Amino acid sequence: MLTEYAFWLLSFIAVFSGMAVIISKNPVYSVLYLIMTFFSIAGHYFLMNAQFLAAVHIIVYAGAIMVLFLYVIMMLNLNNIETEKRHNIIKLLAVSAAGLLLLVLSGAVQKADEIAVSGQVGAAGMVENLGIALYRNYLLPFELASVLFLAAMVGAVYLSKKNLNETQSA
Amino acid sequence: MQVLPNITIEHYLSLSAVLFCLGLFGMMFRKNAIIIFMCVELMLNAVNLALVAFSKIHGDTDGQIFVFFIMVVAAAEVAVGLAILMMLYRNMHTTDTDELNSLKG
Amino acid sequence: MEKLVSLIPLFPLIGFLFITFFGKNLSKNAAGALATAMAGISFILAILVFTTQLHGAHPVMVKVLDWIHVGSFQVDISFVVDPLSTLYVLFITGVGSLIHLYSIGYMHEDEGFHRFMSYLNLFVFFMLLLVLGDNLLLLFVGWEGVGVCSFMLIGFWYKDHANNDAAKKAFVMNRVGDLGLLLGMALIFIQCGSLRYEDLFINGSGIASLGKYTTLAAILLFIGAMGKSAQFPLHTWLPDAMAGPTPVSALIHAATMVTAGIYLVARCSHLYAMSEIASSVVTWAGVITAILGASIALTQNDIKKVLAYSTVSQLGFMFAALGMGAYTIAVFHVVTHAFFKALLFLGSGSVIHAMGGEQDIRRMGGLKGHMKTTYWTFLVGTIAIAGIFPFAGFFSKDQILAHALENNMPVFILLMLAAAGTAFYMFRMFYLTFHGDFRGTHEQEHHLHESPAVMTLPLIVLAIASTVGGFIGFPHAIGESIHFHHWLDHFLDGTVVLAHSHMSALTEILLAIFAMGIAGGMIYYAYSTYIIKNTLALEDDEITSGLHRLLWKKYGFDELYENIFRRPIDQLSHGVQHWIEDKALLMMVDGTGSAAKGLGHWMKGWHNGQILTYLIAIVVGLIAILYFI
Repeated sequence: MLTEYAFWLLSFIAVFSGMAVIISKNPVYSVLYLIMTFFSIAGHYFLMNAQFLAAVHIIVYAGAIMVLFLYVIMMLNLNNIETEKRHNIIKLLAVSAAGLLLLVLSGAVQKADEIAVSGQVGAAGMVENLGIALYRNYLLPFELASVLFLAAMVGAVYLSKKNLNETQSA
Repeated sequence: MQVLPNITIEHYLSLSAVLFCLGLFGMMFRKNAIIIFMCVELMLNAVNLALVAFSKIHGDTDGQIFVFFIMVVAAAEVAVGLAILMMLYRNMHTTDTDELNSLKG
Repeated sequence: MEKLVSLIPLFPLIGFLFITFFGKNLSKNAAGALATAMAGISFILAILVFTTQLHGAHPVMVKVLDWIHVGSFQVDISFVVDPLSTLYVLFITGVGSLIHLYSIGYMHEDEGFHRFMSYLNLFVFFMLLLVLGDNLLLLFVGWEGVGVCSFMLIGFWYKDHANNDAAKKAFVMNRVGDLGLLLGMALIFIQCGSLRYEDLFINGSGIASLGKYTTLAAILLFIGAMGKSAQFPLHTWLPDAMAGPTPVSALIHAATMVTAGIYLVARCSHLYAMSEIASSVVTWAGVITAILGASIALTQNDIKKVLAYSTVSQLGFMFAALGMGAYTIAVFHVVTHAFFKALLFLGSGSVIHAMGGEQDIRRMGGLKGHMKTTYWTFLVGTIAIAGIFPFAGFFSKDQILAHALENNMPVFILLMLAAAGTAFYMFRMFYLTFHGDFRGTHEQEHHLHESPAVMTLPLIVLAIASTVGGFIGFPHAIGESIHFHHWLDHFLDGTVVLAHSHMSALTEILLAIFAMGIAGGMIYYAYSTYIIKNTLALEDDEITSGLHRLLWKKYGFDELYENIFRRPIDQLSHGVQHWIEDKALLMMVDGTGSAAKGLGHWMKGWHNGQILTYLIAIVVGLIAILYFI
């Protein structure tokens, strides 16, 4: 019962703050709303017995990524309200595209066959199980992920160098 | 297929779909590059949600491992993406994507 | 011995190929001698083959090559050795060799000499194919071949477009006739199952399978003959064909190609004998043509045009004879006509040569003193064509008249008129050309000279032939009583259907005298007009009388055909060119190009560099994929 209420509440918050992300004029507000969305999704994870993932989610997303975003916004001084001068037709197109996609997806969901449920339900999500799965079955992707981070780091540092391509950028 | 009592997988999938479409809509609607980025994050999260729901149903950890890796990729992507954004701002002095039409023609 | 027949067409073909490919290395005399020699060798072979047929006709088929064997359609390249074909081959190669010899002298100054000799050889080859073929298809090959050679030779001096027009006219009119011939052949094949003479005419009567189509087939074949032999209404090409060199006119348009039509009808005599209607069509076409040709010839002033219309008229005589069932007599007239018409043409060539190219008889006169040989041979030819005993023309023309008298009185009267006209206009031309005072320019007068021996020798030979050639066909009635051989009838018996004459000897002799009297009267009339009274032929602007004008304008046939056929087709072509080629096709081609360009231009607009556009495209694509999967 409680879970049901929790689910609906969290869903509502998620959707609402998602919309707010898009609509708000101030980028900083958008960031904050996005953080709220992340929290609600983390709540969903908790509900689904994926506690570790929820924690990691909050730490990584809300803690690191959004902070990065805020850094950039602050640095570029983008908290001014910007004027949106999009053509009406583009807005219409965007709405219809997204709406269509929603339609298709929900249609797919409705039509989907029953998924066969297997094994123990609920045991997953504990750190122990996750750790076993990660280091046993998915070791290679794990290692490659570290390489990926390395590449990203190098890329980010290199791209942000100041005295690069100043004369060639025109 | 009850994820939670009285809540089936369809609920979760619908929620995920809604969030995804919201993110998509936002991507097409906003001009500011940073907001577009954030909408991308939103979309990724919607997918994560769906994956965790599936993981719960199957009783497997596979879904959650996948979510891990998505988060990894998202983080890397944000890092690099923001760096690019910075360079863009330095050159164009704006983050308006409508100004980026040098590839025209 | 009969096997030699396969060699007969070979030599002219070799001559043609050799001169075409190696002619540059030969001098004019060498090339001319080679061509003449090839024709001459064929002539000798023709004589040899001819002798095998002298003692009773037994047709022999000599197969040369397998040709078409498709299902039930079987034709080979094989030659038929029988009286009709060997007779034709004889005079084709004989007269042909003489004309080759003549051309060496006549075309000597011409720069296209080698081309001319090669074309002449090619023509002889095709003509031989035509008459030697043992099936209608091979005949048709020869038929078309001579048409092509005629085209090439009429338009020989191609730099003058008028010649090209004349050549085209000849070819197109031939073509119209060929359509009839093809349809007739198809009909015969469908009904009788074969195109070979052996199956159709000789063994049994394959031709009888035509049943109700007999008349139709006969008429269709005759349409082909009409085109090739310049019968009404397809006669207008022959006078225009005089634009070619004179040896061409002599060979093709007097002696050989135009007689191909006669050959066709004679060969299919069994067919025509079976259909009354077709035979009357043939007869009346012939009669109308005879009158037509004779009447127009009365007013013409170009020496070659007179002879051309004379040919048309004489061919009309031959077809009239064919239509009345007198196939043998028609073939006889072909042979004699070949002799004297070739003679007349070559003689006129000699005159033209002497006059330096002038062809208008109003500018000639008094040539008798300057060109003795030409004068005497030309006289022989003119007397022969007028039908005076004992020259060749008398026997053949007289027999046609006799046959007409016996079978068909109206035809007889009309043919008599035509014969009278013939005598008159031929002698009119003769007197105006050779007698009286010279009416040309001083320059031409100085140029007058007799032709070289290469040219006068053939004239003499042909004159001799025109004199004695008539005796091969001595009339049956008279022959019986004076114990002469009726050689040609005996000769051709079995190949063509024989005519049966019940005329008594007396009637024949009376008719002969009557005909000669008329001819003599006309000759005297011409003599009195042009020699005694010294009347001159009218200049073009002096022709005022309505009848005279009508005849001079050739009954307006050329203008008629121009308006009925040429103009609409011309306009059709122009219309097609303007609307379809210039507009529609151009639009299609250009349109494709500009459509591609426009498409590219439109798509270029898509690349606006805006990220949003690409984004939306991606999303739309995504939706599409999701939807369809």
